[in-house]
Amino acid sequence: MPFGNTHNLVKLKFSSEQEFPDLSKHNNHMAKVLTPDLYERLRSKETPNGFTLDDVIQTGVDNPGHPFIMTVGAVAGDEETFEVFKELLDIVIQDRHGGYKPTDKHKTDLNADNLKGGDDLDPNYVLSSRVRTGRSIRGFCLPPHCSRGERRAVEKLSIEALDALTGDLKGKYYALKNMTEAEQQQLIDDHFLFDKPVSPLLLASGMARDWPDARGIWHNDNKTFLVWVNEEDHLRVISMQKGGNMKEVFTRFCTGLTKIESLFKERGRDFMWNDHLGYILTCPSNLGTGLRAGVHVKLPNMSKHAKFEEILKRLRLQKRGTGGVDTAAVGGVFDISNADRLGFSEVELVQMVVDGVKLLVEMEKKLEKGQPIDDLMPAQK
Amino acid sequence: MASSFSRILSSKRNVGILSLVGGSVAAGFLLHREHASAGEPLRRRYPASAEYPDLRKHNNCMASNLTPAIYSKLCDKVTPNGYTLDQAIQTGVDNPGHPFIKTVGMVAGDEESYEVFADLLDPVIKERHNGYDARTMKHPTDLDSGKIHSGQFDERYVLSSRVRTGRSIRGLSLPPACTRAERREVERVVVDALAGLKGDLTGRYYSLTQMTDKEQQQLIDDHFLFDKPVSPLLTCAGMARDWPDARGIWHNNEKTFLIWVNEEDHTRVISMEKGGNMKRVFERFCRGLKEVERLIQERGWEFMWNERLGYILTCPSNLGTGLRAGVHVKLPLLSKDPRFSKILENLRLQKRGTGGVDTAAVGGIFDISNLDRLGQSEVQLVQTVVDGVNYLIECEKKLERGQDIKVPPPIKQIK
Repeated sequence: MPFGNTHNLVKLKFSSEQEFPDLSKHNNHMAKVLTPDLYERLRSKETPNGFTLDDVIQTGVDNPGHPFIMTVGAVAGDEETFEVFKELLDIVIQDRHGGYKPTDKHKTDLNADNLKGGDDLDPNYVLSSRVRTGRSIRGFCLPPHCSRGERRAVEKLSIEALDALTGDLKGKYYALKNMTEAEQQQLIDDHFLFDKPVSPLLLASGMARDWPDARGIWHNDNKTFLVWVNEEDHLRVISMQKGGNMKEVFTRFCTGLTKIESLFKERGRDFMWNDHLGYILTCPSNLGTGLRAGVHVKLPNMSKHAKFEEILKRLRLQKRGTGGVDTAAVGGVFDISNADRLGFSEVELVQMVVDGVKLLVEMEKKLEKGQPIDDLMPAQK
Repeated sequence: MASSFSRILSSKRNVGILSLVGGSVAAGFLLHREHASAGEPLRRRYPASAEYPDLRKHNNCMASNLTPAIYSKLCDKVTPNGYTLDQAIQTGVDNPGHPFIKTVGMVAGDEESYEVFADLLDPVIKERHNGYDARTMKHPTDLDSGKIHSGQFDERYVLSSRVRTGRSIRGLSLPPACTRAERREVERVVVDALAGLKGDLTGRYYSLTQMTDKEQQQLIDDHFLFDKPVSPLLTCAGMARDWPDARGIWHNNEKTFLIWVNEEDHTRVISMEKGGNMKRVFERFCRGLKEVERLIQERGWEFMWNERLGYILTCPSNLGTGLRAGVHVKLPLLSKDPRFSKILENLRLQKRGTGGVDTAAVGGIFDISNLDRLGQSEVQLVQTVVDGVNYLIECEKKLERGQDIKVPPPIKQIK
């Protein structure tokens, strides 16, 4: 929560030892990295917007985590967080993103033509395809730290830019606080509506403050391109449709994103991006591409196979339930998506999903016929 | 280092200054501290009008009193501990409230909040505490339990009696704003002092971080254990940060005197026992509180208190005495009478379910306690409960005998 500028100074009257959090029962990336020495070195720092070390780590202190699921335990309050608290966040990023080094460079590739195939995933198995990412507007604080005025400014700029979209991207904005009952029901039926966060991981970082002020949903008339404003990030951009034509979904995704970016630029605004961390988002887990490309796919046999987890790991994919993160699979239908975000380009990640899902469906078909799948086992990507 | 910092603050001279209001010296001192400690001005890119919260759907005391003009005047101010208006009102912005239940909608982050944000807090206090004018009125403190009369209830009706209040340690920020070190300091100061209690008050501290499973179960069975707050009214104010660090429960061996450390306030002090001897419960309450105060004073600390607002606590609704004296009482017939609410109102009492605030009554058993907190002393409020509960029991008995009851005239409130 944004304390006044002087709060951190007052804190410095106490010794580092007196302030150091009790992380003895914690299992998250921040808790694994934050030593008393590191805390001491960083505690007197602040970003130019007044975001402090304790602001970064509060969610990780308040949410010890789960023995099996490793959460990040830290958030950014602004673009500068990743610089000022580099010593902590570089290691957190390295742990979370498969050894990504502070000197590594991240490549961005939003040219959908570079994707091979992806237009022929079997719709008898692949029920829907979706690509999402996030974008932050440079010059504004991120959801954990922004003031109401900043959040409203982000909303206003976003609406202006989105209103200028044309063709199959033309659409409409629905502010959460002005929505009619009918609009709300429609958005729920379309599976578009997002609600006030309930996860303590998000709440503890302060992102739900002032809900639902300046939050809203924009979508195109075709309901295939959707933008969330001021939820966990400034913008979450989603392209989706029924069936298995991931190529089409990704093409719309790239076209839409590129167009939105140019509309912001026309208005003197850039997205937060640099050549080391790629696109800057609130959660360090979403750095780089911030991209999750996924399908809802029927794998009732595959999912019961002893090697399912191993295969997913080798394909660099992850499974989730059909309600999204932290939900269970229903009726053998899984959400399968890329596990990586940083260190691979958008095209590379979507390629992994396309190739991987194709293989999984092939394996599923074999298992249906009672045939073995050993010869189809992939190598580690 | 922390204790010397706090001792400077708590020396008698400064206590006098902090507790004065309206005196030009005091006002000057506070204003000087605000600006001197503020360092750089509060980071603000947008004018107050762009930051003013949308309160159109809100029903709480903060929303009723926070005009754009007041927001504009206070939004750049910072207490010496770095606490801001936006933080104070965050819980009220995030929790619009209920059309029937009016919550307060704001909290204090430290003792100075009540000065720095007085332009908002004073009208909120006035609304919440029935017209109490903090600018002109004085709050009486009276912990002389000997003054209570008729404090033994008919135990065929009254199942248990309880008195609670809160106390804050001067010089340390309150739960919405405190740092981990401050919170740990509160714990250290309080636990250290409680170790000095003797006789029937001898007891033990159970830290939430170190409790064994067995201890935890015992505390649950005794109905002593408090859990991490789930109410968004509290979590949005930031009081649950770093849970369960520096939180704990102390109780005496007889299990009649209990102290919560670092839950919604620095301390919550509770005296309770089965049965209807409210006089004894209050006697222990007063004695225990005075002992604890003496023990912390020996160590150079004191409670937050001033003569216009009484004891300073996190929620403005708990100012003054912070006292809730109540009983669990069987009123199956009276509670079904349509005049029940009016009777309670006139007696300045409120009903709750037996689970406490926001729970339902079970088996005709109600939690009945005082409505008021500020503007009357502890003795006055407990006497109000004693007189009121005795009246309710009389009504219940009459209804049992098939006799009619009377709605009593309203008790005089503060003007």
